[in-house]
Amino acid sequence: MNPDPYFFLIIFCGVALGFPLAPLALAWMWRRFFQPPKPGVLKNATYECGIESLGEARVQFRSQYYLYCIIFLIFDVEAVFLIPFAVAFTGLPVGAFVAILVFLLLLVEGLVWAWGKGCLDWAEVRRG
Amino acid sequence: MSDQIDEGLRGELQKQGIWVTSMQDLYNWGRKNSIWPLQFGLACCAIEMIATAAAKYDLARFGGEVFRPSPRQADLMIVAGTVTKKMAPQVVRLYNQMPDPKYVIAMGACAISGGPFKQGYNVLKGVDRFIPVDVYIPGCPPRPEALLHAFMELQNKIDGQKLTGAGKADHLQEAKPSEFPVPAFGAHDLQPPANPDLFRPEPLERA
Repeated sequence: MNPDPYFFLIIFCGVALGFPLAPLALAWMWRRFFQPPKPGVLKNATYECGIESLGEARVQFRSQYYLYCIIFLIFDVEAVFLIPFAVAFTGLPVGAFVAILVFLLLLVEGLVWAWGKGCLDWAEVRRG
Repeated sequence: MSDQIDEGLRGELQKQGIWVTSMQDLYNWGRKNSIWPLQFGLACCAIEMIATAAAKYDLARFGGEVFRPSPRQADLMIVAGTVTKKMAPQVVRLYNQMPDPKYVIAMGACAISGGPFKQGYNVLKGVDRFIPVDVYIPGCPPRPEALLHAFMELQNKIDGQKLTGAGKADHLQEAKPSEFPVPAFGAHDLQPPANPDLFRPEPLERA
């Protein structure tokens, strides 16, 4: 009689469980019978560069660079669309030309808006 | 516990293709052939340490080529170079963060005693004032062969460590400390200037 075709899955699960559990059990037994654990303040410390950490990890950064990146990304994508537009320019129907103009207009509108909001001012100057 | 197995019997068995060993031998054999050093250098001795790890001297022949950038994964601290008083707290802190069992090689005159900078106001006069050193290598700097020799001496030491009984290895004893107090960088010297529990130099006797 042939074994069940899914029998190997049970073997697979057994090996998959035993493979990580056996070393963990051995390590636990080693700790239990031979090597006593010796935790300590420094041994359990988070950082391991040797220097004591100063202050808190939750530091606030200005979001200015993030805004620059976002605006750059938009115009990066725009350039990708403009290159095929320029290549196929002479053979384009009027509808496609108008469509790309609308697309450009939307982006320029976004740029004007961001400019007006002061996103492009790197310094502390804020327009009211 | 190889002394419990008759060496002749062991040889006879080996001829028949049966290899007999003990837990302790197996444990020490594995440990001494996979000593992972902590990857840091303090001064010119580190250049010799790098040469030891590189192709010509090839520390990998002894199983010690895996220089770890994290103390959590290291077994051996090679104090390669001058330990300034400003650096000493960091060195001790890194030693404390290494898991047991851990060993220290003091490489070169500076790590042993302060070396040529012993009279300097800013140099620690021997790293053994704060952490327990297993092997000292003299030299300024020691050649890679000297570091290899120290490595082999350390392997011998590990090979001789007992797994059970009264004289078992330090890391197996509950009472032995695994961390040592980190000195503070004070206005004039480290506070304290040495760990009194660890550093007990023999008094000099002048003839």
